[in-house]
Amino acid sequence: MIAARQSVWMVVLGVITLGLLVALWAAPLLWALITSLKPELQAAAQPIVWLPSPATFDNFTSVLTTGNLPRWYANSVTSSIIITVVTLILSAMAAYAFSQLTFPGRNLLFWFALAGFMLPFEALLVPLYKLMNNLGAINTLAGIILPQLISPIAVFVFRQFFDQIPKEFREAAVVDGATELRIMWSIFVPLSANIIWALGIVTFIGAWNNFLWPFIVTNSPEQMTLPVGLTQVQSAYGLKYAQTMAVAILGGLPVILAYLAFQRRVTEGFLSASGLKG
Amino acid sequence: MTAIKSSATPKPRKATAPVWGPVIFLLLPFLAVYVAFFIWPAIQTIVLSLTNSGLTETGAFVGLTNFKTLMADASFWDSLRHTAYFSLLTVIPLTAVGMMLAMLTKAGGRLRQFAQAVFFIPYVLPVSVATLIWQWVLNPSLGVVNAVTGSETAWFSDPALAMPAVAAVTIWWTVGFNMLLFLAGLQNIPQDVYEAASLDGAQGFQVFRYITWPSLWPTTTLVLTLQLVASFKIFSQVYLLTGGGPFDSTRVVLVYMYNTAFTDTNAGYASAIAVAFFIAILLLTLVQNFLLSRTRS
Repeated sequence: MIAARQSVWMVVLGVITLGLLVALWAAPLLWALITSLKPELQAAAQPIVWLPSPATFDNFTSVLTTGNLPRWYANSVTSSIIITVVTLILSAMAAYAFSQLTFPGRNLLFWFALAGFMLPFEALLVPLYKLMNNLGAINTLAGIILPQLISPIAVFVFRQFFDQIPKEFREAAVVDGATELRIMWSIFVPLSANIIWALGIVTFIGAWNNFLWPFIVTNSPEQMTLPVGLTQVQSAYGLKYAQTMAVAILGGLPVILAYLAFQRRVTEGFLSASGLKG
Repeated sequence: MTAIKSSATPKPRKATAPVWGPVIFLLLPFLAVYVAFFIWPAIQTIVLSLTNSGLTETGAFVGLTNFKTLMADASFWDSLRHTAYFSLLTVIPLTAVGMMLAMLTKAGGRLRQFAQAVFFIPYVLPVSVATLIWQWVLNPSLGVVNAVTGSETAWFSDPALAMPAVAAVTIWWTVGFNMLLFLAGLQNIPQDVYEAASLDGAQGFQVFRYITWPSLWPTTTLVLTLQLVASFKIFSQVYLLTGGGPFDSTRVVLVYMYNTAFTDTNAGYASAIAVAFFIAILLLTLVQNFLLSRTRS
């Protein structure tokens, strides 16, 4: 009896705490959304105006038709897609070699490839900037993309997965005269569809959200990606709070939608990337 | 499978001498990009730290001068202290809150899944979206927080509040990821352990103390380790919310390095900061792993 009563109280307490925390986490996003739907005068009104009357999409249409926002979107879409596709291809190819082929120095090379995981990218910013400057790649798409193509963790996850595929699959195909690339493409890739999806979504979100490197390598507004461009909004659109929040909502929308659409794969991807799940 | 195997056996087995063609073809693209944009810059960081190079021109070799200057540079030690302060304000709270959110949302149900999504969504936002929103929410004169509480606090420009405010934004922004790791950890605890415990009369806090906490410990150490390194690498939130101010009170190591390299264009000295930063992270990870492995045994 006592036990039952105590556990009822525990449940009630848990639900109340959870409700408060959900409200606390959702409130800033909701407030940004509400602000973005207000006419500018209401957004900055004192005393505070709680709800927009009337709600308007003017802020969205005006930031999408003026300024650099469309450019930033295009730059982010292009660079994130290229980064995702190339990273997956490079990692899968390397992982296939590490997993299926035997050659001297294989383990040594594998650990060398993984060692990159230990290097904090932040410590490489200065020489990378100098390198890009020498290559004439400052303010270019190539400059944004090139240092983002390496993912030791993707190589690691792919290799773990390829290791579980029975050796006979490859051996049989070799006997039939298939090339290694062909074997990888028509046997190993279809079998790893799940892991490709998971790593792909996580790589895409990471590339879309990457702030530090694109921020270092671009300074002309036309070449910026969305997260970097957003730091310019107050000079680009003036101190207009409702418009700024419309820009923030538009900046977050693609990743929020991607997350909601692929929730389980995103979760799996982040877990496998953190090494918790193969 | 056996059929394929037996048809292969009659042929003379080739010795397993490596065929280099495919190896090179498959590995070269990855290794080339890896060496060019990871290993080479890493070596260059060390080389540059021994020179007085600028951002675009290459300077002269100056030996360990940069490191001697760095050891006597009060701004550098301040920036390390600020980084440590930020880590203090985030590592344990982010771990504890992550664990709490995971336990509150663990058991199925649509509502709890909705709550998980709410906690995780900030994590997938670009940092600049998170900071734009919080700058608006915490705006001193027009922000909703001050309007509700009737205060006029300038959250990001008060030296005493700026770092805690940045830490609070960081917790809101990133705790969803830790929640995810803890949810995975909780899933690995077999249900019958809980059933056995409740048969033995364990309840409420006792269940947590004697079952959940020890079973989750491997996850907790993983989260603590990842979080310490992540917190130590703090740059973007500080740069965007406070710029390192007010009065340098939030100038963390990477902001100091960024300013040295890209504002003062002193690439040599900035590289020395980068090397010191790398060593600090390495030491921190080693010490933490040592302490955590001791507590486990």
